[in-house]
Amino acid sequence: MKKLLVTFFILLVILPQTAFSVISVYQFDDPAKEARFNQLVNELRCPKCQNNNLADSNSELSIDLKDIIYEKVQAGESDEQILVYLKDRYGDFISYNPPVKPSTWLLWYGPFVFLLIGGFFLYRFQSSHRQDTQDQQNDEQQANSMLEQWAKEAKDQETK
Amino acid sequence: MNKQLLWLPFAAFIILGLILYSGIGKDPTKLDSRLIGKAIPAFSKSLLLSDQTITEKDIKGPALINVFASWCPACYSEHPYLMELSAKEKVVIYGLNYKDDKQDALKFIDRLGNPYNMIIFDNNGRLGIDLGVYGAPETFVVDKSNTIVYRHVGEVNERVWTNIILPKMLGTEGQ
Repeated sequence: MKKLLVTFFILLVILPQTAFSVISVYQFDDPAKEARFNQLVNELRCPKCQNNNLADSNSELSIDLKDIIYEKVQAGESDEQILVYLKDRYGDFISYNPPVKPSTWLLWYGPFVFLLIGGFFLYRFQSSHRQDTQDQQNDEQQANSMLEQWAKEAKDQETK
Repeated sequence: MNKQLLWLPFAAFIILGLILYSGIGKDPTKLDSRLIGKAIPAFSKSLLLSDQTITEKDIKGPALINVFASWCPACYSEHPYLMELSAKEKVVIYGLNYKDDKQDALKFIDRLGNPYNMIIFDNNGRLGIDLGVYGAPETFVVDKSNTIVYRHVGEVNERVWTNIILPKMLGTEGQ
């Protein structure tokens, strides 16, 4: 049983890597270029598909684009040059890393705005809550002093 | 707590509702073309029906450039309307046979007719990529000065022609 488990875990570690090496059909002499290629196809989006990066997509267009990126990486073009080439053709849609510009302000800054609004309400809620507990304490004190007063008065009457 | 603040969730609901409502009916698969207002990208390609090679200078606007392929189902249903456009309306249409097998493309034209002035044979799809093509059929509207003024993704039919493409073409002719 123990052996079986060990084999299972070894397979778990090895299998994804072999699967990956099957997919990658692009041959590089330079590992740095290969790393750049892998990063690019992981960050770029397939224009034909709605939510798939180039690396995961097997559509005809993605294969063509990967071929082009491979040629350009091999030819020594920079990441920037390749991005400009693709954005000139497919627009910002191609990149999963949208640029900061007026139409994407909501996307980039929206979360911080919501965080601020949430923080504001949390602060208000907390401070009103604190006020409530203070009021409660005051009430209790008042009630206690009244009780004491009554007890005293009752005692006074008894002695009379 | 302040009573007026109770209106805030309601206001937030209305605003969110308006934002989401404005998205209804928009097709997220339709991308804007980067080529609007730009010249036809430079190319040198052979024709489908002859061995002649043409470049972007051989395209004379105002015209349509229709991206089609025999593997594209919508191209079959679009084709009869393109035949009608070229025959009745005398529209100049250039075909861009996109990533197709030559024999299949020839069969397609043979069977359905040829509405095109010229058919550019883009077997490796590189001209398509230069045009930002991401799915056939696509139709580019080119004006008199060979500038791309509009790109339509999907089938061209009578409704698309009269409502969208014709106004764009007339706009260019009025200049």
